[in-house]
Amino acid sequence: MTDVSDDTGVPAPEGESAIIETDYDIGQDNIEGSLGPFGFDIHNPVFAISGLSVVVFVFYALALPEQAAAIFGELRPWITNTFDWFFLSAANIFVIFCLALIVLPVGKVRLGGQEATPDYSYLGWFAMLFAAGMGIGLMFFGVLEPAYYFGTPWGDEPLGTVRPFDEDGNLIAANVAEARRMALAATSFHWALHPWAIYAVVALALALFSYNKGLPLSIRSAFYPILGERVWGWWGHMIDIVAVFATLFGLATSLGLGASQANAGLEFVYGVPNNVSVQVLLITGITAVALVSVLRGLDGGVKVLSEINMGLAMLLLLFVLFTAGAAAIMLEFGKGIGAYVREVVPLSNPFGREDDGFRQGWTSFYWAWWISWSPFVGMFIARVSRGRTVREFVTCVLVIPSLVCIFWMSVFGGAAINDMVGNPAESAVMANVITEYNDSIALFAMLDGLPLAGITSTLGIILVIVFFVTSSDSGSLVIDTITAGGKVDAPVPQRVFWCIFEGAVAIALLIGGGLTSLQAMVLSTGLPFTIVLLIMCFTIYKGLKAEPH
Amino acid sequence: MFEKIMVPVDLAHVGKIEKALGTAAMLARQDGASVTYVAVGSAAPSALAHSPAEFAEKLGDFAKAQADAHGITAEAHAVTSHDPSIDLDDTLLHAAKDIGADCIVVASHIPNLADHLWPSHGGSLARRSDASVFVVR
Repeated sequence: MTDVSDDTGVPAPEGESAIIETDYDIGQDNIEGSLGPFGFDIHNPVFAISGLSVVVFVFYALALPEQAAAIFGELRPWITNTFDWFFLSAANIFVIFCLALIVLPVGKVRLGGQEATPDYSYLGWFAMLFAAGMGIGLMFFGVLEPAYYFGTPWGDEPLGTVRPFDEDGNLIAANVAEARRMALAATSFHWALHPWAIYAVVALALALFSYNKGLPLSIRSAFYPILGERVWGWWGHMIDIVAVFATLFGLATSLGLGASQANAGLEFVYGVPNNVSVQVLLITGITAVALVSVLRGLDGGVKVLSEINMGLAMLLLLFVLFTAGAAAIMLEFGKGIGAYVREVVPLSNPFGREDDGFRQGWTSFYWAWWISWSPFVGMFIARVSRGRTVREFVTCVLVIPSLVCIFWMSVFGGAAINDMVGNPAESAVMANVITEYNDSIALFAMLDGLPLAGITSTLGIILVIVFFVTSSDSGSLVIDTITAGGKVDAPVPQRVFWCIFEGAVAIALLIGGGLTSLQAMVLSTGLPFTIVLLIMCFTIYKGLKAEPH
Repeated sequence: MFEKIMVPVDLAHVGKIEKALGTAAMLARQDGASVTYVAVGSAAPSALAHSPAEFAEKLGDFAKAQADAHGITAEAHAVTSHDPSIDLDDTLLHAAKDIGADCIVVASHIPNLADHLWPSHGGSLARRSDASVFVVR
């Protein structure tokens, strides 16, 4: 009998690639066994510490809610306000780094070896990029953010631009064009190149060090060029644990807060009561559908749902485009790109600015948010991006999603601003974004002003719920892979465990309070991860240089 | 009776399927059939291999060792799956069709509570495959 499991041998990858020789065998620190009838294969100690620390923080938030709210509620704004220059500078570095990869010769390196072929078609790939990356955000902020920047009376206008309304809420016609241009430019700034560059850096690091270098599909692998074999010890454990921690809490708090938002939407559209019981039911329902999706796997679950959602989102986009005036909005898109190109440099400048409210309250907040999500989204993108060249990868993860986001924001934001300008006194967008800040209603308020509001709002609610399902499913996949030491073939019950765990944390925090304070804590992980990402840029370049190209 | 026998192999747990390997070899010798060892790997590196190509090479070595040890004709058929934890059964059924197997010899555990939620791979193959399925416990 030949027991090949003991022999890792000299690798023969698909075509040339520069495998890193290490003494570490994937899964060597894992504990395999069974709990009753269910098998498991988990990394020791990453699984236990991540799981336990989540439980400890949940208990803390439930037992001492006021203290938790005070600590995390102050920690997050302190971080985003104090380190705004750092977040802004780092995000600029990520964009420049990614754009450079497109033109540098190392862009020819193929993820998975020179002869690897792509795992997914462009359609399935893009659908999954969006579903994991920012699907829910586009639904909630597509209307809210441009409308907010356009009408804000709170002094946080982007770059201190002109206001289109006077103190009494009367329209100042002369200022409308400039305020609209800046609102679209600022929104696009938060959803285009910078966030996607953040995701691209993490995804590229993971894909490169896993598919080309033969290291486990785990965040720590990207640090091998710096830490060497120490990456398999506590340094690596810490990196992976923080990634799991941020991902799980990020997903659970979004799920909890998202359930409140979906409930608010359901109340606005159908008059469904807005209370905790309905929200618990929503989380349970979303988790149940996510479980079915988990059990159907990557191809049968997440991919299918992502494609369905992309189709539905496209329908909604086209509907808004045509009912709100296609020609005008296409012009808006053109203007949106123009405004973005003109303003991206001043908006991303970290120094010597006076728009603190916008720069610290929005941009720095967003950058911390995207960065704290990046281990999850980056890992998921890496999982589905094998077989692409670096140039193709960066172009497709950076440029194309940026254009789609600018288009989406131009359509939804353009329609929302039209609603505000058309009749400010009776505008539902104005009432729900500026007069009262109901962030979860913004989208439905805009749809309310267009024909067939009942149908489009229902479509909107379905989209939000399905995006939550795909996030929950892909999140479980990512957490399971990291806590299984980079193994992608760990027993299925583990993935089911993480999916249920995430729903349970969301419900506990929803009932007991603490969603907002723990979400603030997750955002705070953006600071250490910014350093992690900056180091990744260096290791990616080093890793790419060693590859045949 | 049989011409082409397929044996699903988990290269990480070869020790657990020795009985199935012996059964397949016995059937093959008796019928003069060839045996194809099928293994499902992932694109991501694993304990066994850094890449799909290396995985295939290892399965080839395994098949050769089996052929030498049992005096049978053996081939290897490695398949890469996007999500091996979930897609294993479907991938194996596809592989059985691709290689034209008329018999599958598969190792399986003794059924337990979990099988009501996740049917064993052997059970699932027996239920869905056109080929004869020999489940070895």
